[in-house]
Amino acid sequence: MIRLDSVTKVFPGEPTAAVSGLSLDVAEGEIVVLVGPSGCGKTTTLKMINRLVEPTSGRITVAGEDIMAVSAPELRRRIGYVIQQIGLFPHRTLAENVATVPRLLGWDRARIDQRVDELIRLVDLEPTMRNRYPRELSGGQRQRAGVARALAADPPVLLMDEPFGAVDPIVRSRLQDELLDLQRRLRKTIVFVTHDIDEAIKLGDRVAILNVGGIIEQYAPPAEILRDPANVFVEEFLGSDRGIRRLSLIPISQVPLEEGPMVDRGASVEAARARMERYGVDWFGILDGGQLLGWAWATELEGATVAAIDPKPFEVRVRLGASLREALDTIITSHTGVAPVYDGDRFVGTITAEAISRELAR
Amino acid sequence: MIGAPFFRWDWVFDHLDLIWDKVAEHLVLTGIALGVGLAISVALALVGLRFPRLYPPITWVTGVLYTIPSLALFAFLVPITGFTTLTAEIGLVSYTLLILIRNIVAGIQGVDPAVREAAVGMGYAPRRLFLEIELPLALPVILAGIRIAAVTTIGLVTITALIGKGGVGFFILDGLVRFFDTEIVLGTALSVILAVVVDLSLVLAQRLLTPWASRRTPVAG
Repeated sequence: MIRLDSVTKVFPGEPTAAVSGLSLDVAEGEIVVLVGPSGCGKTTTLKMINRLVEPTSGRITVAGEDIMAVSAPELRRRIGYVIQQIGLFPHRTLAENVATVPRLLGWDRARIDQRVDELIRLVDLEPTMRNRYPRELSGGQRQRAGVARALAADPPVLLMDEPFGAVDPIVRSRLQDELLDLQRRLRKTIVFVTHDIDEAIKLGDRVAILNVGGIIEQYAPPAEILRDPANVFVEEFLGSDRGIRRLSLIPISQVPLEEGPMVDRGASVEAARARMERYGVDWFGILDGGQLLGWAWATELEGATVAAIDPKPFEVRVRLGASLREALDTIITSHTGVAPVYDGDRFVGTITAEAISRELAR
Repeated sequence: MIGAPFFRWDWVFDHLDLIWDKVAEHLVLTGIALGVGLAISVALALVGLRFPRLYPPITWVTGVLYTIPSLALFAFLVPITGFTTLTAEIGLVSYTLLILIRNIVAGIQGVDPAVREAAVGMGYAPRRLFLEIELPLALPVILAGIRIAAVTTIGLVTITALIGKGGVGFFILDGLVRFFDTEIVLGTALSVILAVVVDLSLVLAQRLLTPWASRRTPVAG
């Protein structure tokens, strides 16, 4: 959908290139995050796509068309653009701000009004805010207004330059979730710039890690980058806790589950003891036809049978769709060394800390 | 009580028609000065914004104009353009330029760069960007300049009484010549009242033209 072909940008009067020979392919409907330290040319790269910065050499195409083939304003009206400071027009109401590009495109009034209503609802703003000026909106609301304005003419491509950089972490996390939710519905092609590696990992279908001078050190899905950093630069940029970061990207369903120290209600005391020994625990779970009834201490087996024990219910459980990070958290806080996994109400197996560590080592 | 009272209301009531004529003349002289001054200033400000190297000479020339004593300026102009409205307006317009140009340029330059970047990034071409985004956003600063220019001009108009114009300045000059206090007080008071009324009208106009700059308090967060 977007293709940069050995693009170079040298700003006049600067000795080194801001971006040198950068090539990048962005497929239709994916979010590509450009991430890197300051001075890595990520914003320059982004701005070359809508010609706010004109490349010194190289070729950029959007939807197969060379971006130099149309006038810059015309090109920009077909590409959504969101910046960190948002840049809402202070002298225009929320509705007028959202209507910006449709007005530039000369849509008729009724069509603009209808579209504005749609967008205000789409980004979860209140229709009653239509006539408010930007200064009468909160930071989060302004950010949503900026996204609505960028989406107004339904552009297939969206460029976002650190759009959530200026809001507090809680609002940022919510706006990220909302963006992912929007993206599931709209399937835009998004190029997103950030300096925050966690944001890149959370949002990107693919992440391009840039080094100073606009050099791509690695371009791959986040899980792959975390599992297999291309070089020392990437490794250092990811930080020392990249293993933990990776966990949040892998769903439990991707790891083979184990039976765990669980025995059927009708099992013998010996069988229960053998299970506990195998998992190195002093408790066991009791199953009845696949349903997990609960658990009991090893000591409760003294002079009793499995069937005679009254099982205690499990306090902790994780969903099959949850991430390994959540599973590990559950395991650590439960002191049991394993976590029972449920698919809805159905017990499907247990996950252990060893299994998680095995998956990371893969 | 010896001599005439300090202020004779009966004289005022006897000359209401004349007073009204002079007030009207005062407003017309001021209006023309501001209108022409604004037109020239917008043009020069645009030149200064488009070619930044020309901005210093523009402010230098208008700055020199601003420092010429008004009395001297009119004395210099009369031999060329005579006792005419043109003479009066050349002077009055000259004094508005510096204030207006500076405020127009400052207003446009003061537009938040993020707003400009967003506008350009969404496909505004230069002319529309100026008319629909930059100019409206510069309006509070430009109107502040117009207010200063208006008040200054209203005061200066009285000086043009020396070349046979002057609006309510006519009464001040006439009073001085005839040692008639009532006229001096009347002319001065009318000039001050006009300045205050025009200034307040401009404040009101600004409220109406830029509702986005003053409505309600900003939301935190």
